[in-house]
Amino acid sequence: MSVITKDKTATEFSSTLVQFIEEWKDKPGSLIMILHRLQQEFGFLPRPAIIQLSQMLQLPLAKIYGVVTFYHYFKLTKPGRNNIQVCMGTACYLKGGEDIIHELENLLGIHLNQVSDDGEFSFESVRCVGCCGLAPVAVCGTEVFGKLVPDKLPEVLAKLKSN
Amino acid sequence: MALNNFCLVCGGTGCESSKADDIFKNLRTAVEAHGLTGQVQVVKTGCFGFCEKGPIVKILPDESFYVEVKPEDAEKIVAEHLVKGRPVKELLYKTADQVTAKTEEDIQFYQKQIRIVLRNCGIINPEDVQEYIARDGYLGLEKVLFEMTPQQVIDEVKKSGLRGRGGAGYPTWLKWTNTSKTPADQRYVICNADEGDPGAYMDRSTLEGDPHSVLEAMTIAGYAQGATKGFIYIRAEYPLAIHRLEVAMKQSREMGLMGKNILGSGFDFDIEIRLGAGAFVCGEETALIQSIEGKRGMPVPKPPFPSVSGLWGKPTSINNVETYANIPVIITKGGDWFASIGTATSKGTKVFALTGAINNSGLVEVPMGTTLREIVYDIGGGIKGGKAFKAVQSGGPSGGVLPAASLDTPIDYESLTKIGSMMGSGGLIVLCESDCIVDVVKFYLDFSVEESCGKCAPCRIGGRKLLNILDKITKGKGTLEDLATMEQIGFAMQRASLCMLGGTTPNPILSTIKFFREEYLEHIEQKKCRAGKCKDLVTYTVIADKCIGCTVCARKCPVNCISGERKAPHVIDQSKCIKCGACFDACKFGAILVS
Repeated sequence: MSVITKDKTATEFSSTLVQFIEEWKDKPGSLIMILHRLQQEFGFLPRPAIIQLSQMLQLPLAKIYGVVTFYHYFKLTKPGRNNIQVCMGTACYLKGGEDIIHELENLLGIHLNQVSDDGEFSFESVRCVGCCGLAPVAVCGTEVFGKLVPDKLPEVLAKLKSN
Repeated sequence: MALNNFCLVCGGTGCESSKADDIFKNLRTAVEAHGLTGQVQVVKTGCFGFCEKGPIVKILPDESFYVEVKPEDAEKIVAEHLVKGRPVKELLYKTADQVTAKTEEDIQFYQKQIRIVLRNCGIINPEDVQEYIARDGYLGLEKVLFEMTPQQVIDEVKKSGLRGRGGAGYPTWLKWTNTSKTPADQRYVICNADEGDPGAYMDRSTLEGDPHSVLEAMTIAGYAQGATKGFIYIRAEYPLAIHRLEVAMKQSREMGLMGKNILGSGFDFDIEIRLGAGAFVCGEETALIQSIEGKRGMPVPKPPFPSVSGLWGKPTSINNVETYANIPVIITKGGDWFASIGTATSKGTKVFALTGAINNSGLVEVPMGTTLREIVYDIGGGIKGGKAFKAVQSGGPSGGVLPAASLDTPIDYESLTKIGSMMGSGGLIVLCESDCIVDVVKFYLDFSVEESCGKCAPCRIGGRKLLNILDKITKGKGTLEDLATMEQIGFAMQRASLCMLGGTTPNPILSTIKFFREEYLEHIEQKKCRAGKCKDLVTYTVIADKCIGCTVCARKCPVNCISGERKAPHVIDQSKCIKCGACFDACKFGAILVS
């Protein structure tokens, strides 16, 4: 779901996005659904976009930020072109999920939740992605890398970079 | 020409990520290339459950069960099996004693399972409503709408003894009765698919493999309780399940199985999907309602219960995915049939996601009353790598850790609560000798603290305090008083927290202090971690007599702190060592000592 559909300046809302917002805005409790759609558009929730949304929905900015900051899924900073999600569910944790994170830190020279200088990579730890049989697992976009070992990571990164 | 064979390819998230989609495409291409179009149908199904050996391909009618299939094997399966009628031996499952198992029945993993919730997973194409109907789908809905009153439906569910599968085990019929008895102009039914437990994926697999069963059940629940609107609250992290639900909803609307005047009965019911956004606390029903209303997902005090004042102040009943999946079968086969399975107080089956240090990890559905030992050893095939069993964790961050002595406990709501754990939603994680109890408990606490919404003090402050103490213990700075303090804080949290998240956060700690006290004492008194997981308590040294100077460890060391001449014993510089264990794993001569 977090696949970045387009790279463009934050203030531009595509017509399909506007249409989605118009369709949903009068339904009760629609804010979270609209935020999901907004994040799908930009890959994260840029501040100018949230400001524009608050005007469209006639909702105080503070209320929207209140919701955005409560939920882990919503991001306020731009992820790398490849955002690697390392699963830290129980099965992955037990089978060495932490080693994967350490090795990524080594290889990319960045820490958890940071973006590499060239904007290529970022990585985060996420809750169980539900592929416990493949633990430890990392996900990037729609691609799932299962039964990972630190030694396999250079190959994974090279593959992602060439995509 | 009639169809001679079916090729079922597992399309669950686990197998899908191991290239099941390529297998599916390659099978189709191969079927076409061999001129078998019209005789063989290739179908993508839901999860088979045996995730350890995925991706899985099953051939009907002879039920050959192929495991760990690769995309390039597709051609062989078609050319050998479908054209020449010779099963591809090397792809069949081999049991522990190397006997080739031909079908599911020969595989021990499946032998003690009864599939009610997962009845269609791995059998039907979840994106085709006709296949669901062919397996008695929507028969229950038809029966309910034309032959039963709402009260009769609730009575049938009461007869079945079905209890909530989300973990707490509240009788489903009672929940439905409470909601239906509250006078209102509008009532809601909600499906809780916010499966946030780390290490649990039962609901995801059910929705991916059999979405119509949940839609049908929600419609039945709506009829029984006088509700015309349903919501499915599902994790945004489950894109495949969301997609399959959307497809299923579109199909059932087109067939008049959802929407206005269902099947001409005059009953209206529609369902809407609402996405979660990664907050574990939203599994709690009052928090979930807040989230559907578009707010921060924070629990509110009960009473009023949702059955009285729920979504937008209207009576609302919330059931879990697995609870719903049982409903259509209860209606078609009858409450008495369902009640004949299970124990005195817990009826039917329970689905578990079996993971951790186990040979056969996967999704298992067993009748209530099955013992943990049967699940771990008979179905799960025992501990991976021949290691010693240490514990089994049930109920995720809200549950407890149970020792070997509890292995003969029959699984039902009461027995598990009595020994300090809980049924939970169905995560079952097996720990072995190389897992450290304190470290695992710290993992769960870390999770619960992170996920605490911060509204009530017992959970917000208590959880943090507990985590700090655990951190101290894993660093070798714990004291004996810490154990008593943790118990005290834990009891206070159990009593005073606003919702079950805070109330159950201390469970992993309390159960391990009870069952694994000696491991805590080792960390505190001897500053020792027997599993070697608590890095601060471990040192790696080279045993000079055993080291042949092959230099492998020095090359593997990520911080270059191992030095030594070729063919001479090496030395680890303790001041630089980050205790990653790479040298230990790399050494083929057992020359690295962990102490």
